[in-house]
Amino acid sequence: MNTLVSGILFQVLQSVLMVLLAPLLLGWVNQCRAWLQNKKGAGIFQPYRTLRKLFNKDAILANNATVFFQRMPYVLFACMWLAVGIVPVLATGLPFSPAADVIALVGIFALARVFQALAAMDIGTAFGGLGARREMLIGFLAEPAMLMTLFTASLISQSTSLVTIVDNFAHHPFAIYPSMAFAAAAFVMVMLAENARIPIDNPVTHLELTMIHEAMILEYSARHLALIEWATSLKLTTYICIGIAIFLPFGIAKAGDWMALPLAIVALLAKLAAAGAGLALLEMVSAKIRIFRAPEFLSTAFLLATLGMLTHFLLEV
Amino acid sequence: MRIEHFDIDFTLIPSNVPTWLARVDAHQWRTACFQVRQHGGRLVSLWGADARETGLVIYAALAIPTGLAVLRLNATDNSYPDISEIFPAANRMQRAAFDLFGIKANDARDQRKWLRHASWPENRFPLRKEFPINSTYPTESDHYAFVAVEGEGVHEIPVGPVHAGTIEPGHFRFSIIGERVLRLEERLGYKHKGIEKRFETMDLNQGAKLAGRVSGDSTVGYAWAYAMATESASATIVPPRAAWLRGLLLERERIANHLGDLGFLGNDAGLAFGLAQFSILKENLLRTNYALFQHRYLMDTIIPGGVTRDIAEADAEIIQTEIDQVRETVIRMREIYDEHAGLQDRFMGAGQVLPETAARLGLCGLAGRASGQAWDLRVQFPCEPYDTLDVAMATQNSGDVAARVNVRFDEVMESLRLCECILDRLPYGDIATPLLLAPEHAFGLGWVEGWRGEILIALQVGKNNAIERLHPHDPSWQNWPLIEYAIIDNIVPDFPLINKSFNLSYSGQDL
Repeated sequence: MNTLVSGILFQVLQSVLMVLLAPLLLGWVNQCRAWLQNKKGAGIFQPYRTLRKLFNKDAILANNATVFFQRMPYVLFACMWLAVGIVPVLATGLPFSPAADVIALVGIFALARVFQALAAMDIGTAFGGLGARREMLIGFLAEPAMLMTLFTASLISQSTSLVTIVDNFAHHPFAIYPSMAFAAAAFVMVMLAENARIPIDNPVTHLELTMIHEAMILEYSARHLALIEWATSLKLTTYICIGIAIFLPFGIAKAGDWMALPLAIVALLAKLAAAGAGLALLEMVSAKIRIFRAPEFLSTAFLLATLGMLTHFLLEV
Repeated sequence: MRIEHFDIDFTLIPSNVPTWLARVDAHQWRTACFQVRQHGGRLVSLWGADARETGLVIYAALAIPTGLAVLRLNATDNSYPDISEIFPAANRMQRAAFDLFGIKANDARDQRKWLRHASWPENRFPLRKEFPINSTYPTESDHYAFVAVEGEGVHEIPVGPVHAGTIEPGHFRFSIIGERVLRLEERLGYKHKGIEKRFETMDLNQGAKLAGRVSGDSTVGYAWAYAMATESASATIVPPRAAWLRGLLLERERIANHLGDLGFLGNDAGLAFGLAQFSILKENLLRTNYALFQHRYLMDTIIPGGVTRDIAEADAEIIQTEIDQVRETVIRMREIYDEHAGLQDRFMGAGQVLPETAARLGLCGLAGRASGQAWDLRVQFPCEPYDTLDVAMATQNSGDVAARVNVRFDEVMESLRLCECILDRLPYGDIATPLLLAPEHAFGLGWVEGWRGEILIALQVGKNNAIERLHPHDPSWQNWPLIEYAIIDNIVPDFPLINKSFNLSYSGQDL
């Protein structure tokens, strides 16, 4: 009983913390990008200001928008919040975790994606359809690569449950897994594609013809847009957290271990900051690739993940 | 006087570039155009005029190996023989001439409106003298027949005139299959401001300010072409120092615009680093402009008869130091651009205009030189100071985005050298002289190689140096239609990059 209560507390703490921290991570990435461009930047709190501004505006809906279009931001936000609740970032043994393993996690992302694409086509603008089409192309290539990456990690810990995977890596004697190096490279590539970052998509572009993610949400305003923006930052945070949980789980607390919590929080913040800076650097040195190179990019990710699995069977079993 | 290959009598017009004018009849109009085409010449501009007593006239300026030949034809019955069959670039100019004057190109295949967006009625023609300058009409609903592409899986994406970013208005109608572009059709004219009509209320000195604002990024080019036209009509001789300072200003404008474009081309390919670096370079250049010439974009520095700002010895040193800094950084940036695999992958092969297509359709200026069209007024018909500077022309043959990037890099380096030469050899003396009185009906012409391409200003003077008719011609007229060709078989998301590599003027075309 006691473990359940503390587990629930950990769960609530992590979910609230992540939802509040997500815009900060985006602000940090943008700030790093600005520094790398010799610019001052808007500061790491800019995403919060943007959210406040958007929440204070009146929403405008297209005349022919159906309930799909109106509800999508809420579904998207809920999906992303749920996803970030499943990933063990502060502690293992969260009560939510048994509800979903890595396959279900990929499914939650797919659900959000389908809703977004349908909503984009709902009002019938040219850009909505264009963006939805491109998003589905990216998604359909990214998901298998993502699954393969997670399977490599699952093979080592003999479980598709994220908690077991993380527990296995974090709280057992340190071991070097060559297969995880391949999986990590594949994961970074999938993360860039899934979060509409350079080289697949450009999150700061104003060129409507080149957009993927942005093209789908061009018609949203005010609170709807705010929720989408927030969900986008949550998605980025979730992905980085999955990466941290699987590849750098060190410092994570066990459920109910309140003494380990401060260290876990500090370790998490340091890891997020490093990952954000790394993302900004990666984006700054790359150009955006042509959309028809995206399949090559993601097949490379898939190939790397597969190599990771093969390496596991060759070297680690 | 006769020019080789032509059986028409031409009169030489006093100008800094070799220019001839001839009155022709309908038969000679077509024959002359045909001969120019045969001998590798091209159409520079086509415009109408209301000559009051003699009725409406149509002009065509043709580039020939020896200079510029201007044909003038009386449009009897408000029509003239079509030349868009000979020069495809004439198509939009002829349609614009109809919208503004009501003179029709007989037998032209495309008779749709071009600059008129239902802001004035179909049967009223704003540039006719009887049309009052302050007339207003209720805006009607606009209809324009785009060419439809049909077939399974083909659909249209309409883009603009309102865009997601802050850019000028233009409408682009893509017919696509998947991501592949089958056809692009442009609709321009959203920025029509009636500049030509406004000129007719001004005199030669007043017009300079407006001429410098036809297309803001080419203010020096326009102001110089305008000054050249007024000086040619009034036979005013500009002091040598003024001519050399004009050269310095024009090259600085070229450098600033090329640097800005190079940055944006990197950015459009997703390399924000390129934009940041080139923006710093451009901004420093603009600040120096402000410090030395009191205007960041050098507006109103060139006036008929000379220039308004002189530079001192100390200023020359500032410019020299800046040239060294810009050169060093540009060389390093070029290495980075050249060696960035992702960037080169986006640039190479994108938006290709082959030299044959460019020659057939009359691509000119910077984009023309990237497609093997070796036309550069500073090289072919150099006026002072270019006649002693031995300008090197930058050309490429591949005609893709990479070629246009390379031409820009080469031209920046060459312009830096030209600026150095000008500073070294700047003659002493006055920087302006009063404009003389032009004879009534005098014809003047200015032709300047701006950063985008050749800017032409044709001027007809009235009484007391009043402007009777002025036509500013932007190279974008020729180059806009080529974007429709460049994008064919490319993918939709490459369009902004291709468009940027041309970077054409909306305002200069819409007038």
